[in-house]
Amino acid sequence: MAVGLEKDVPLGTNDFLDGVLKRNPVFVQVLGMCPVLAVTNTGINALAMGMATAFVLLCSNIAVSLLRKIIPPQVRIVTYILVIATFVTIVDYLIQAISLDLHKALGAFISLIVVNCLILGRAEAFASKNGIRRSVFDALGMGLGFLLGLLCLGVVREIMGNGSLFGFRIFGESYQEWTIMMLPPGGFFTLGAWLLFINWMNQRRAAKAEMEGASK
Amino acid sequence: MSDTETKAPEGDSSAGKIYGVVLSVGVVCSLLIVSTYEFTKPIIQRNKIAARELAILDVIPAAVSSEAYLLDEASGEFQAAGEGVEDANLVFAGYNAEGELVGLALGARGMGYQDYIQVLYGYSPQQQAIVGMSVLESRETPGLGDRIQTDANFTANFEKLDVTVEGDKLAHPIEFVKPGEKSEPWQIDGISGATISSRATADMLHESTGEWIPKVHKRTNDFRGEE
Repeated sequence: MAVGLEKDVPLGTNDFLDGVLKRNPVFVQVLGMCPVLAVTNTGINALAMGMATAFVLLCSNIAVSLLRKIIPPQVRIVTYILVIATFVTIVDYLIQAISLDLHKALGAFISLIVVNCLILGRAEAFASKNGIRRSVFDALGMGLGFLLGLLCLGVVREIMGNGSLFGFRIFGESYQEWTIMMLPPGGFFTLGAWLLFINWMNQRRAAKAEMEGASK
Repeated sequence: MSDTETKAPEGDSSAGKIYGVVLSVGVVCSLLIVSTYEFTKPIIQRNKIAARELAILDVIPAAVSSEAYLLDEASGEFQAAGEGVEDANLVFAGYNAEGELVGLALGARGMGYQDYIQVLYGYSPQQQAIVGMSVLESRETPGLGDRIQTDANFTANFEKLDVTVEGDKLAHPIEFVKPGEKSEPWQIDGISGATISSRATADMLHESTGEWIPKVHKRTNDFRGEE
């Protein structure tokens, strides 16, 4: 059940909000875990990676939605990968042209956007079945949701692991960094903590709703 | 609204159509990639040269301008490389405001933790020491291996790293030591938590200085330009 089922939604708002909140790719669908765990050790890396992924997602959703009627079902995955890899390569060159420093910071992770299952997942589950307008909103929502997810991890890990936020030191020199937060285990710890927090919030909200329903 | 539609039944596409579609998507994709590459290539090249220019002035502290030189294998002399010449073995001479030679910048490259690391280091013929180091390209782990560029204790290794030439080789080749164990001016103190990247940097400097410093040291006069 991956497709929003609302009919005749005005302006695709639901497609958009679904991606950001209700079906957030990081915290609800738990998709694309490789970049989520690997590049989120600083806020800037998380931001840049989130934006690059959202851009590729938008382009691939548009292309797949446009081509959906002519792609034979037997070779759809191959074609999607081809389209996605093309946009990733383009993004890679564009980032190098915009700023070598940014490219230096993201390193090998840009090429790995190709294998982000979020992008292939949206192409297969949404864009291949929906028109351009809805696909664009879906890509924007999912892209923003993914970006927010990455930022949630990146900010926490940078503060704890490096004592800074977006490169600005926020703790004094005496702050002893938790190096482990910069390492892969730190990614798992932070993701686990966020998932715990979000599930706890959801359960509390559900319990509250139930109580209110019972007292009526 | 016909936004949601059913998938075409399997088998309705012939082999010819399948080949045709994949092939044409492939062709369009390659055209897109090639045109982006062609479009961004001069910009990226310019960025790289600009970054290298900055790095040259950064690794030779007193320099305000620089000139590229290339070793002429036949004569063993360093000759000014023409405008736009790109070569892995370019040696850059740095001059101060009076046009005097104040140092040389050389490149080194070696395998790091994830991929090749490329650095530029400054050599001062007067001090017979490495006086600066800058990382040009690295894909080391952000926050760990990339500390070879940011760790103050590590970069302090390259403020005056001894590479005195004796005969036609270095008196003391550059050595890598564990963090905090540096006791000689030709040793490089590693970074704890980034041992592989810092050792890789030390190794590539060991290789490059061993080969190049004796060569440039002998021919310092080649770089004096047309003073």
